[in-house]
Amino acid sequence: MKYLLDIWRQRDKDTDGSFRTYLYETDSDTVTVASALSELNKRKELADIEGVVSGRIVWECSCMQKKCGACAMLINGKPRLACDARLSDNKSGRLRIEPLRKFPLVADLTVNRQIIFDDLRQMQVWSESDIFADDRNNTVMYEASRCLQCGCCLEVCPNFAVGEKFFGMSAMVPASRLLAGMTGSSFDRLRKQYGKVITDGCGKSLACRNICPAGIDIEGLMARSNAAVLWKWFSKRRSRHDNGNNT
Amino acid sequence: MRNDTASANDILNKRPDKIPAVNIIGAGLAGLSAALALARSGISCRLVSPMPSERAQSVMAEGGINAALDTMGENDTAAGHFNDTMNGGVYLADPDAVWALCSNAPETVRMLLALGAALSTENGRPVLRSFGGQKKKRTAYARSSTGKILMTALTDAVRRYEAEGLVQRYSHHRLHSLNIRNGECFGARVLDLHRRVLSDMKGSVILASGGMNGLFPGMTTGSVLNTGDAAALAFVSGAELANPEMIQYHPTTFPISGKRCLVSEAARGEGGRLFIMRNNARWYFMEEKYPELGNLMPRDVVSREIELVRNDKECSGQVCLDMTALDRAVWESRLSDLREECIRYLGRDPAAVPLEVSPGIHYFMGGINVDKAHRTSIARLYAAGECACQYHGANRLGGNSMLGAVFGGQTAAKTAASEIIPDNAGEEEIAGGEELEIMQPAGVPDKAAELLREALGIFRSGEKLESAVQKMQELIDNENDALQRNRMILGKAVLLGALNRKESRGAHTRTDYPERDDAHYRKTTIAVFDGKEIAVSFRDIQSERGEAE
Repeated sequence: MKYLLDIWRQRDKDTDGSFRTYLYETDSDTVTVASALSELNKRKELADIEGVVSGRIVWECSCMQKKCGACAMLINGKPRLACDARLSDNKSGRLRIEPLRKFPLVADLTVNRQIIFDDLRQMQVWSESDIFADDRNNTVMYEASRCLQCGCCLEVCPNFAVGEKFFGMSAMVPASRLLAGMTGSSFDRLRKQYGKVITDGCGKSLACRNICPAGIDIEGLMARSNAAVLWKWFSKRRSRHDNGNNT
Repeated sequence: MRNDTASANDILNKRPDKIPAVNIIGAGLAGLSAALALARSGISCRLVSPMPSERAQSVMAEGGINAALDTMGENDTAAGHFNDTMNGGVYLADPDAVWALCSNAPETVRMLLALGAALSTENGRPVLRSFGGQKKKRTAYARSSTGKILMTALTDAVRRYEAEGLVQRYSHHRLHSLNIRNGECFGARVLDLHRRVLSDMKGSVILASGGMNGLFPGMTTGSVLNTGDAAALAFVSGAELANPEMIQYHPTTFPISGKRCLVSEAARGEGGRLFIMRNNARWYFMEEKYPELGNLMPRDVVSREIELVRNDKECSGQVCLDMTALDRAVWESRLSDLREECIRYLGRDPAAVPLEVSPGIHYFMGGINVDKAHRTSIARLYAAGECACQYHGANRLGGNSMLGAVFGGQTAAKTAASEIIPDNAGEEEIAGGEELEIMQPAGVPDKAAELLREALGIFRSGEKLESAVQKMQELIDNENDALQRNRMILGKAVLLGALNRKESRGAHTRTDYPERDDAHYRKTTIAVFDGKEIAVSFRDIQSERGEAE
């Protein structure tokens, strides 16, 4: 089968980019976009269908099997992992492959997703004290541990923009792990952060539904975390109110 | 718009009292564990990696982590763990180091549990499962994503110290070279892959850079990020390699495009059975040949047996792993990831049909030579995790790699902390430019890869190895690219290790020397590069625990 791959080429953020079309042939119907990019980069001379030769395609990959999130990119307009997208999924034989557009471009298909990790730090997603995934909260903490931090959910989110105050689901999911296990002052600290950068900013568009490459139950985690955070907030407020009435 | 957090953190990190004197290369389990140990001691470090921790090979680890927690009522002990590890490694590991690993394993796992690592539990206690080469249920796990779950817990824990400036992250940075003079390491030069600039980072260096996958492109189950380049740099800079020939072929893998996909040992731990067709009937060869442990013999044994039956004239077809009898609950609770991978990349549901499997390279027991405290042969250069040779001898047991990475990272950090030279700290940007290549091939050139693949299979012969050594030298002589040259020098050291070890032991099987030879080779293979030649020798190891104390 012959595939035409329209791949975004851009030397760096300061130069203009454009799609270049490459021919890729394979007999296998299990070849992924990640495999095709690897194969193209192995060619002694990487020429597009017009014969224009360029350097290797700059893209990120690590595990090649959907476990690390490195190869997130737009494939036919949808954020996906390149190692999870088979060429044969597209019956037209033509695929458009471009970088995620929400993040600053580094080169070609590579973007700088540092904001994801800066946000987690700013949100203070950690625990000062020991926490345990016991029988009661193990399932939730396991599920929330699986986030790849790939950025696909942020790419489709109408409320997320780099540098704005809503941090998106890639912050909500790891926070959910901690909220499920934490108590006391640690919980209160993260609860406040959660309210500020998650609850207040999510427009409930559900655009991130079914987009997570790891298949994480984002809605379920968010419902649970929102409930925990708000219930705690509500309980405290009520407690203060009651105490105030008593005195 | 809020303030740019990277800038804010940069300012925070440049506070004079937070200038790091330790550089960790690699942000997987070993690197994170080292960073956490240093930070908890109030010592600042840089954590350098080409991608964030979420992309490290450690997240791919599925099976579990071993510790004699004895939650299954089997009277398991650290001594049992020690004996199984030494036996599995065919007595090539340092017994003192292995005892430290095994005796500290319960505490290591408890440390991870206290970080909220969502290991599977029952009644509040970790559930343990069977893994190959072990006589007790000893492997704690988180369904089939143990590595990812441990990495998340450690990443969250380290983040707190990032905010305090004690751990300074350099994601999207790659090791360029090591500053080694007169047998001492003074720092690392790293390349910023986004800005294309080089920086000199002063201080000691802990290598936690993973295995040598780059020597075997397409043949390994691990990450393509783990090229082995850091080990190659250390080697050409004078650091000793140990047991480089000890390469673990995991018995159950299948090819996917560009690499191999692992079928975790957990599949056999849960009841998966290997068979091949012989005289038109299923032959469960492992169960017949090894009645006690059956399909759960150590990986080296299973891989050899698979090779043997595949070449048996009475057998036909490929070896298959039959998991069709496993309960639905097992698939859902413990092997869900594995099932999904098989369906996605192979187009087969292992719950419905047996899978064709064959051995693939999964782990490098050998690597940079380190002592019990994880010092390399270069002062103030340390190594931990898969890039180092420690704990696993001639064959690693399933469940011991994550344990070795976490414990090894902690140990390296403690040693590095005790040997810091305070004046050797700081950082200097030295050069930048368009010519700096940020996209590199993940593996050695095709011709070198073919030599290594042919000569370093499960069964090896002196004739093939000798020929490969000569041809590799020719390729090295004709290679102008420094990176590929270093990789091929490392590859030649692996070949020479295999050529000089004239016996069969663990993962190293010589057809011309089929017997184990303790008198001559119950020793550590040591390879050293002097800038021109590689010298290989064999160094004594103590036979019993505590002899060297």
